[in-house]
Amino acid sequence: MKERPIRVLIAKAGLDGHDRGAKVVAQALRDAGMEVIYTGLRQTPEMVVKAALEEDVDAVGLSLHSGAHMTLFPRVLALLREAGLGHVLLTGGGILPAEDIEALRAQGVGELFGPGTPTTSLASYIRAEVARRRGSQA
Amino acid sequence: MSDLEAIRRGDRRAVAQALSAVESGRARGADLLDALAGSLGRARRIGVTGPPGAGKSTLVAGLVAGWREAGAKVAVVAVDPTSPFSGGALLGDRHRLGREASQDDGVFFRSFASRGARGGLSRAAPAALDLLDAAGFAVLLVETVGVGQTEIEVMASADSVAVVLSPESGDAVQAMKAGLIEIADVLCVNKGDREGADALAGALGAMLDLKPDLAWRPPVVVTRAEEPMGARPLAEALAAHEAWLGAEGRLALRRRRGTEARLRALFAELASERLLAGAEEVLAREAEAVLAGRRSVVRAAERAVAEVLS
Repeated sequence: MKERPIRVLIAKAGLDGHDRGAKVVAQALRDAGMEVIYTGLRQTPEMVVKAALEEDVDAVGLSLHSGAHMTLFPRVLALLREAGLGHVLLTGGGILPAEDIEALRAQGVGELFGPGTPTTSLASYIRAEVARRRGSQA
Repeated sequence: MSDLEAIRRGDRRAVAQALSAVESGRARGADLLDALAGSLGRARRIGVTGPPGAGKSTLVAGLVAGWREAGAKVAVVAVDPTSPFSGGALLGDRHRLGREASQDDGVFFRSFASRGARGGLSRAAPAALDLLDAAGFAVLLVETVGVGQTEIEVMASADSVAVVLSPESGDAVQAMKAGLIEIADVLCVNKGDREGADALAGALGAMLDLKPDLAWRPPVVVTRAEEPMGARPLAEALAAHEAWLGAEGRLALRRRRGTEARLRALFAELASERLLAGAEEVLAREAEAVLAGRRSVVRAAERAVAEVLS
């Protein structure tokens, strides 16, 4: 049996309306052979986690430019764990100061990417991290 | 198996993971479905199909809102195509669901990628509906794009099929060519405010007039899915079809036919897998014969089948 394609949820959390980056990432991950569920703008953490649960994804990518990352990432992470989805990789990108990234990573958030990241490195990061997590789950 | 109890209770995480097993054709999925075989048949199953961009997802969102208002738990399986180049897929139907349904635990929405013609969608999508039926959802919706053999097979497992067109999707002749009319229980012309919508609806009606002996004449409805309550004419037409099915044992007959069609398709698939597994040598020999000009491909295939089965 062929291995199941990696499934990724791409969501825009927070109130800003800048979704071009999220769409570019969604397409790039599709082109890297992943199944990408795109949920669009202004997703609350609850909506993101409900979607992650129903779609049985391996990873959630949050895009945000609103400055609310220090509340939104931890909230999504907490809700994922609460829903029994602690194995799901939470990653993302936006304009994020280095010290914030460090603090979020310490809480259990995955790699976070800033502007100018080549989409290929996103895809290879997700592929490697999901493979590692699938391996440790089995 | 405690998974079974969780699925029957409608536990959303258990259902989601079971759907993955069913979708990938894993043995666990088949085992679960087998164990749930006695809990099926309660849900109403609706198929929505049509060309890309006609507004299917937006209409589905409108239908979901209507059933939720009536208190029914709803599950949606939305299928988008897998890229034949990368094997990846961009699944964007969930995007149209709207805020309310996106936060409502009475709505379960799952996106499927078609995973290519050999990806088993025609098997996986109806099986996914079986699972959601056993999980206690009262209304199941399956949404697919367009009209390949696979989509037609998926639609055969629905109690009612709505075909959605828009003025942009071409004239009635395009719909005839694509074979969409034949599978429709309801014909829906969406984007009803655009030029050509009424003309398309009229042409579809005229085509149906040429088939006076239909037991059920598919109603042609015009919708504006973007507007509040815009899906209502479609919901009403589906309800009318449901009422019609409810009489004279029609629903039971339709489900019997659907089951027979699914069984037939699966039989063909399994049989061909088994035959192929033992056919390598014979096929290699027959290919040589064709290349050497001793017989046609068709005759060679006939001989190979006869030999493998002998």
